[in-house]
Amino acid sequence: MIILQPRKHVSLRLTIAVPILSVLVTLVLGGVIFALLGYNPVQALYEFFIAPLARPDQIGNLFVKACPLIIIGTGLIFCYRANVWNIGAEGQLILGAMGAGWVALSFPETESRFLILAMAVMAMAGGALWGLIPAILKIRFKTNEILVSLMLTYIAALLIDWVVRGPWRDPMAFGFPLTRTYPDAGLIPRMPLPGIGYLGQLHWGVLVAFIVAVAGWFYLSRMLGGYKIKLMGDAPRAGKFAGFHQGRVTIMVMMISGALAGLAGMIEVSANIGMLQPHISFGYGFTAIIVAFLARLNPMAAIAAGLVVALAELGGDAAQISMNIPKVVTGIFKGILLFMLLAGETLTRYQIIWIGRSQKSATTQKIEE
Amino acid sequence: MTTTHPAHKTSPPPLLAGFGITKRFGDLVANQNIDFAIQPGELHAIVGENGAGKSTFIKIVYGLLQPDEGHLEWQGKPVTFSNPLQARAMGIGMVFQHFSLFEALSVMENIALALPPDFPKQDLSALIARKSAEYGIPLNPETVIADLSVGQRQRVEIVRCLLQEPTLLIMDEPTSVLTPQETDQLFDVLHQLAKQGCAVLFISHKLDEVKQLTSRATILRGGVKVAEVETAKKTTRQLAELMVGDKVKGITADTKRKKGKCLYEVRGLIRPAFGPFDVALKGVSLKVHAGEILGIAGIAGNGQSELMSALSGEWRPDQNGMLFTEDTDISRLGPTGRRHLDLAFVPEERNGHAAVPSMTLSENALLTGYDEDGVVAKGVIQFDQTLAMAQRISKMFDVRQPSDDPLASALSGGNLQKFVVGREIMKSPRVLIVSQPTWGVDIAAAQFIRNAMADLARQGSAVIMISQDLEEIFEIAHSIAVLNEGKLSEIFESSKVTAEQIGLLMGESHDLTSGQIPPKTNRTSGKERGAS
Repeated sequence: MIILQPRKHVSLRLTIAVPILSVLVTLVLGGVIFALLGYNPVQALYEFFIAPLARPDQIGNLFVKACPLIIIGTGLIFCYRANVWNIGAEGQLILGAMGAGWVALSFPETESRFLILAMAVMAMAGGALWGLIPAILKIRFKTNEILVSLMLTYIAALLIDWVVRGPWRDPMAFGFPLTRTYPDAGLIPRMPLPGIGYLGQLHWGVLVAFIVAVAGWFYLSRMLGGYKIKLMGDAPRAGKFAGFHQGRVTIMVMMISGALAGLAGMIEVSANIGMLQPHISFGYGFTAIIVAFLARLNPMAAIAAGLVVALAELGGDAAQISMNIPKVVTGIFKGILLFMLLAGETLTRYQIIWIGRSQKSATTQKIEE
Repeated sequence: MTTTHPAHKTSPPPLLAGFGITKRFGDLVANQNIDFAIQPGELHAIVGENGAGKSTFIKIVYGLLQPDEGHLEWQGKPVTFSNPLQARAMGIGMVFQHFSLFEALSVMENIALALPPDFPKQDLSALIARKSAEYGIPLNPETVIADLSVGQRQRVEIVRCLLQEPTLLIMDEPTSVLTPQETDQLFDVLHQLAKQGCAVLFISHKLDEVKQLTSRATILRGGVKVAEVETAKKTTRQLAELMVGDKVKGITADTKRKKGKCLYEVRGLIRPAFGPFDVALKGVSLKVHAGEILGIAGIAGNGQSELMSALSGEWRPDQNGMLFTEDTDISRLGPTGRRHLDLAFVPEERNGHAAVPSMTLSENALLTGYDEDGVVAKGVIQFDQTLAMAQRISKMFDVRQPSDDPLASALSGGNLQKFVVGREIMKSPRVLIVSQPTWGVDIAAAQFIRNAMADLARQGSAVIMISQDLEEIFEIAHSIAVLNEGKLSEIFESSKVTAEQIGLLMGESHDLTSGQIPPKTNRTSGKERGAS
């Protein structure tokens, strides 16, 4: 029988070495799979990991790809730290994009700088509202927030589908399900870097993502509100004893993560698309769940985790385009990468202990007690 | 020791016998050299206070634990049960105090799940109906567990055991969840089983039930078997004496003090049971004065945690009647509001209630200290303050810690307990309410904690101490009340009662229908009480 026992002490060397080892194992395994499928493994791995970073503008695009993942991942970390399982960030993202879109489309002529701020506020309100529903149902009727938030995602997807085909459709779009394009004041411009200038599609939203992650880290680790969240996640009885309300914390984290998902949706549309359409997200709301866990529920680490996952996404696209590697194979490769990172993470914190028969009875005793 | 060694009996060999059973957990000897024997068809009680070693002993009999020394014999032949499956294969069945049934499944499905794989499952439904009717506890196999009362759920567990035709049935505190009527029915079943030759091992601390049901009793105290008696030949009082022992000689509590102002009063507190294993509080009234330590004795599971949650404000009643300093009604205040009034609380459970194991000591200091001056500024936690707070507590209360600010889980139980008690006492509260302050704590730390509570009272604070440890109560409490089945007795002055009298109150069954103390119980002690 195998058991995982927490390590008493986790050395810094191990913490650094294990992710590197995980990537190396992924490279070897992935290479074997590519070779078995008849692709040149070296070239495939190059397309996956090097090609997306070969040119400076591609590095900018990597950050653009990571931007929504970092923002949503930070929000999800708030939920997961409080032991509230929000799986519906994708729906909250869509509602946020719709809220922002409603503002942008309502003021087609404006040139005010406040438009983008109003859009951000409405996006966060829309996402927070969508996150509030599962929170209230959980508190009031003890429903499972995993199911409710997930189901609300499908409702959100149909909702945006309906508005872009119906009430908000651009009459000049030749019947395509698109809204009018946002006014320029509602778009997020590219961000010039000092001394470098524009870097690919790098836009101001990426800066927002960094700010969100750092602010989230500060809130969770330094502020009483963050302490409440962690307390409710780790020991709800102790939280109640301290005088905090579990329901309020649930509402707070669901609204925070909903608001951040909504903000990510607004940034995604305003920076990259410029109008609403049926599909505005490449599943960022779901991919961000992986980011949150890869970051070990630490918002600061969500920046790195978001970049790693974005790299895997871009690399998959690149490999599909340049080598005709089927999408499912790139999916498998991405899966192996994440699996190895998470397994490595687990083995950093736990050690595997193999116990024989005599000790086994001792352990089962404990379980049965 | 008045034990009869099992080996003395020549014919026939006992159904199950234990010889020199010893079990240690670290330094703690839970069972020490226990000899035991039960005959076929015998109704045998294991009696003792909490921590007397009852649970350890039956876990050994049922194969959940292995003895460190000694061995078991089944019908005269040595056996070892390395797991409950082996014990069940021999014909031992056990009904646990907290049963584990799937609420959403039917009676039959639950029983089918628990039966061994080779048990013939066709006609199970009819078999359950027949077996349960045979014992006068009819069960509909199709009923969903969620629709059953606690008593009926217990029947499901009993019938599950009966289907395997046990020759020894272990019942762990079976009546703690039952109404008197259900208890009577249960005893009928057990008598019937005994007549058919099935031995019953009945674990209880309710002495009149022990007398009513069983013919012999093995009495444990502090892990040692102190007596094996024929229950018919002992009075309930004698059983109580054996169970509690003559613990109390010198009362160290300073009883000559003047009674101060009443600081905390509870009038007729009622709390319904919210779950099947909750104990309802049935009109608890108490008063504690400045400078006074009120000890609330009682065996665990009689409403202690429910009372604690009401006293701390984690659960709040709908009606008024909890008063601070005679004029402030705090019934509606939560823990934070009560802390503002200088009340402080230490719940029983260290891990996950009074403290968070996965957090550092400074974060644990913050748990009840976040409202204090300068600890949180504009929502930002001042970690230098919390660290200083934690270090002050550790220094004053001699908390041995492996590093400057370790995780609470890195501390031993005794040290963490000193920390959580110290955290509250350091605030110099006017009322300290503490539950099981020295549970699972080594002697030195326990003494330290008791002294700190006594000092706090000497400085004019009031202390309510819920404790299972009678010695502790008699050592520092000025007044004593007993919590039994959700009811609190009158408050006695500790100098005017004996441990036996308190032990008797702890072990008696209330007649729930009338709310009166059954007349057979000797209650002279109640008349000469002082306080309240």
